[in-house]
Amino acid sequence: MDKLKLAEQTLINDEYPEFKTGDTVVVHYRVREGDKERIQKFEGLVISRRGTGANQTFMVRKISAGNIGVERIFPLHSPFVAKIELKRQGDIKRSKLYYLRERQGKSARVKEKDQNQDNVRELNRKAEEKAAAKQKADEEE
Amino acid sequence: MSSGLIGKKIGMTNVFDDNGKNYAVTVIEVDPNVITEIKTNEENGYEAVQLSAFDKKEKSTSKPLKGHFEKAGTTPKKYIKEFRDFIPEDAELGDELNIDDVFSIGDNVDVVGVSKGKGFTGVVKRHNFSGVGEATHGQHDRQRHPGSIGQASDPARVFPGIKMAGRSGNERNKIKNLTIAKIFSESNLMMVTGSIPGPNGRFVEIYNR
Repeated sequence: MDKLKLAEQTLINDEYPEFKTGDTVVVHYRVREGDKERIQKFEGLVISRRGTGANQTFMVRKISAGNIGVERIFPLHSPFVAKIELKRQGDIKRSKLYYLRERQGKSARVKEKDQNQDNVRELNRKAEEKAAAKQKADEEE
Repeated sequence: MSSGLIGKKIGMTNVFDDNGKNYAVTVIEVDPNVITEIKTNEENGYEAVQLSAFDKKEKSTSKPLKGHFEKAGTTPKKYIKEFRDFIPEDAELGDELNIDDVFSIGDNVDVVGVSKGKGFTGVVKRHNFSGVGEATHGQHDRQRHPGSIGQASDPARVFPGIKMAGRSGNERNKIKNLTIAKIFSESNLMMVTGSIPGPNGRFVEIYNR
């Protein structure tokens, strides 16, 4: 199994802040239109994370205009996920927040864990450092 | 036949290509393959090279084999396989072959291995029969049965070779036309697209197409 992990490590990009279910994130997603490429942001609550190694996905739920819930599943290590930004950490008691689908308004909220956001800032900073380091390494190559 | 190497199945994972497409891949470990015998047209009537890989304990090696490996100046190996019509350049006994010597990224390969043993299985699993009849309308006890196995009193026997239940799996299989997705030279690992026969840890042979 160790050898499998060794091979997988090369496929994994770890330039994202550590996040869990219940956290609010902004996913910067690369969208290709013809030969143009732009970045689309998708902000919402992470309601599930699954998989291990190179095979991980997470589901983000946001309430769109008109009070319509929109969910998207992102592969964590996809080259199309340009950046993940942590917005706030949630204090939750289960790993899958599917119960939020049946709730609306006040009862669909998640308690905030880290009121001062010190942790959030720290995690984002670390992720950015990693990303910068990687970019530098790429340029040198 | 063609050039190839001996490897070991490590496990499966997946990779993204530049277009964001996700592929299932199998990780194969290719220990440096040692040339333990060279067969030539003059001596043997055909050309081939015998490769050995993956170390084995000295005490579990028989004396004749020990002598064979000593001749090539290497330690005893677990898996030995002859690759016909494969003559590496300046091949000499005891030379080591690595992934880069034989394969490169994007090559198409065939992988041969012994599949997982499934034990005694019925015809639905073993021969992909679809079973007999419906679940309701008075039918019972024959949803996964083979159905008829022949005619009536004319042949009055069952012809040989009729597909029936029995031992399944644990046989040599070749999976053709897999593509090499990645090669890690330092760690002796490579990735081929798709699945290959056998459980993790089983030895496989990889052939160039």
